[in-house]
Amino acid sequence: MSSQDIPEENLPAEQGAAHGAVGVADEKHPFADPGLPPHEHRIQDIDERAAKRSERTVALLFTVSMLATIGFIASFVAIDVDKSVYIWPLGHISALNFALGVTLGIALFTIGAGAVHWARTLMSDVEVADERHPIEASPEVREKVFADFKQGAKESAIGRRKLIRTTMFGALTLVPLSGVVLLRDLGPLPEEKLRHTLWSKGKLLVNMNTNEPLRPSDVAVGSLTFAKPEGLEEHDHGFQNEIAKAALMIVRIQPENIKDKRELEWSHEGIVAYSKICTHVGCPISLYEQQTHHVLCPCHQSTFDLSDGARVIFGPAGHALPQLRIGVNDEGYLEALGDFEEPVGPAFWERG
Amino acid sequence: MSTTANTDSRSRGKAPAGERVADWADGRLGIYSLAKANMRKIFPDHWSFMLGEICLYSFIIIILTGVYLTLFFHPSMNEVEYHGSYVPMQGQLMSEAYKSTLEISFDVRGGLLIRQIHHWAAIIFLAGMFVHMMRVFFTGAFRKPREINWLFGFLLFVLGMFTGFTGYSLPDDLLSGTGVRFTQGAILSVPIVGTYISMFLFGGEFPGDDFVARFYSIHILLLPGIMLGLVVGHLILVFYHKHTQFAGPGRTNKNVVGMPLLPVYMAKAGGFFFLVFGVIALIAGIATVNPIWALGPYRADQVSTGAQPDWYMGFAEGLVRAMPGWEINLWGHTLVLGVFIPLVIFGLFLALIAVYPFIESWVTGDKREHHILDRPRNAPTRTAFGVAWITAYMIMLIGGGNDIVATHFHLSINAVTWFVRIGFFAGPVIAFIVTKRICLGLQRRDKDKVLHGRESGIIKRLPHGEFIEVHEPLSQEHMYTLTAHEQYKPAEIGPTVDENGVERKAKSSEKLRAKLSNAYYGEGNQIPKPTVEEYREITSGHGHH
Repeated sequence: MSSQDIPEENLPAEQGAAHGAVGVADEKHPFADPGLPPHEHRIQDIDERAAKRSERTVALLFTVSMLATIGFIASFVAIDVDKSVYIWPLGHISALNFALGVTLGIALFTIGAGAVHWARTLMSDVEVADERHPIEASPEVREKVFADFKQGAKESAIGRRKLIRTTMFGALTLVPLSGVVLLRDLGPLPEEKLRHTLWSKGKLLVNMNTNEPLRPSDVAVGSLTFAKPEGLEEHDHGFQNEIAKAALMIVRIQPENIKDKRELEWSHEGIVAYSKICTHVGCPISLYEQQTHHVLCPCHQSTFDLSDGARVIFGPAGHALPQLRIGVNDEGYLEALGDFEEPVGPAFWERG
Repeated sequence: MSTTANTDSRSRGKAPAGERVADWADGRLGIYSLAKANMRKIFPDHWSFMLGEICLYSFIIIILTGVYLTLFFHPSMNEVEYHGSYVPMQGQLMSEAYKSTLEISFDVRGGLLIRQIHHWAAIIFLAGMFVHMMRVFFTGAFRKPREINWLFGFLLFVLGMFTGFTGYSLPDDLLSGTGVRFTQGAILSVPIVGTYISMFLFGGEFPGDDFVARFYSIHILLLPGIMLGLVVGHLILVFYHKHTQFAGPGRTNKNVVGMPLLPVYMAKAGGFFFLVFGVIALIAGIATVNPIWALGPYRADQVSTGAQPDWYMGFAEGLVRAMPGWEINLWGHTLVLGVFIPLVIFGLFLALIAVYPFIESWVTGDKREHHILDRPRNAPTRTAFGVAWITAYMIMLIGGGNDIVATHFHLSINAVTWFVRIGFFAGPVIAFIVTKRICLGLQRRDKDKVLHGRESGIIKRLPHGEFIEVHEPLSQEHMYTLTAHEQYKPAEIGPTVDENGVERKAKSSEKLRAKLSNAYYGEGNQIPKPTVEEYREITSGHGHH
């Protein structure tokens, strides 16, 4: 590679080499490597009583560990799984979890502390030097490997019998395709799935909390109501998938405060219905400022102005929330006048 | 010594039981040659070498506790009604995954502890890898011959992030479901194939019935399987290369100075495993992590405020939060730049870690092995680059919690977001300049210490009334340590006239390298080491001044 063209002498000298090998500092080599410093004895190396003290400390730690394990088993047997205790400053916590955690923690920690104390005070701390050898092989070994490889390749005749080589590579390239094809049934194709929701003309807006169809009088100015399409029940199979698209946010704004013309048209007496699913990455929007008519997505703080076509006024969302056109049916209930006109939720390539 | 003992024992045929077992194994596995090379292998000592151990041990703890959790966890999204022992959830609809997690937390004795050890260990594992990687980076331990091990570590870090993410998504609680929704929304932003990937990953529309089971097999088998292989490879390479060491008396590029594996490191490292495990068990006993019972089961139309991923995903979260919502609609297609650009930056920012060793070795043109660690100050440009990277990372971590920062410090969320947007670009530049200055300042101080000695704090009055501070010369060990580092000369563009006198144009890659090399090692980018002449001039002359 091109890095070869930096000359060797441009590289710094080996560490220490410039000042000569291990030696005593003198006029000529004031920074010479003095070599390994002499070993300094620890108190335990020279005083048998100190060594005995260390031994007792280590043994004590190991003994504490044994006691803690007994404590663990005792807590497991004795403490009820749903018992809660007050422990300052942790507050009310599970007594069993606390007892098991503390006893297990102590049992493990003291084994570690004992072993480390043993190593630090009683095992030899004399530093020894070991040689390193270059990772790369010697030129002879390299020659031998290449010669062997060439001989092996030659004996296989892979270079000469081109037909075998070509068909083998072909077969090896194709065979993983079976694995790729097998992945096809991981899921369906997108088709139009992201474009439609359960909403359609005449579907009543059902209050998410009371499970009752909403009347205009149920929606007060300044309140935020969540709604779902009639017929969609929590116990239904596929409820999650449907609510992930159909969830609705309903607010009432004084009609004169609605700035967007179409929004006003699609509303009923100032009641507007917007998709609850954020157009950024799909979190449900749930924070409403009644004075400003702003809604905020708690996940990434995209903020939309519900009085102005739900346009984005802050945050990372890329486009306004889709509005659902609503009206009132003959019995005085709020109903949808169709599906959303654009896909709800995060944007995607085919959205257009 | 041991060989003679073996032949003796074999001929006598009644060696101690331990030796006979070892002989039996050696006859089948050849363990003696392995033990000969490794039993008394020398490891150098430094506190920062423990960081990697923390990662290894927390990984082992995660595997142990993870196996236990699989005995009780049901990776199923079947909706069931809860009638268990946790009163506040009575009658609620939830997935079996969530229900079994409640049972692990409330009905299985010790289940909560193991769950919390598992989660805490994962948090510590990722944090450990992050800090361990910094240690390796700032000391230049990634240089030849360790580049591949650096890549192994990098892969472990990235895979660890995704293993963590798939793991905390499994309980199917409100918070983790929100995280999965975020991921799905981000996948949708990928041009052309985004919707297809989403449909295939979730088995249809979000959330579907499949993702918990699929994440489960990814979380407990696929990713940890790869990681286990990488960990083993990482350790084999550490043994094979032998550990790096800092410069010091008697420590050269051709030796490794320290204490032997048996017994010292067997005890220290083995003991350290228990210390790490013990501390994590204590934390899990007193500190709640991911209280899924407080969050409730996932519902696609519900969310709570203050939603945060685990810390290691905070950087990606920050990128997504700080990015303006750009969307381009062209020819019936939507380019969701507001989400896709953060996704790409996330990948590129991580990829910088992977490629850095190769960039630096290209700039230096150094093909030699390096076993002596750099002190960060002695590689100012590398250190500054690393600090700049960390600065950008940390700013995005703040961005990932912009709502938390805003509410806790009573700041405007808009102001925090704008700070993050500007800080992501300005912060690294400032950090780079400041770090480099600090490094050069420290290099100057080292040089001063070598040439003038250490300030002793003793004030002396001279006969004519002048006060001076006495400087003590450094010990030879200290002086050697401070002057042992390598200093590169900046690479130059090769001769522009070849041997025949024909002019050639310098390649642009050559020019780039000369420029980079100058930025790394040129004048003003490193302080020349004290020379023998300088030292002699000062010490032989008037003593001190």
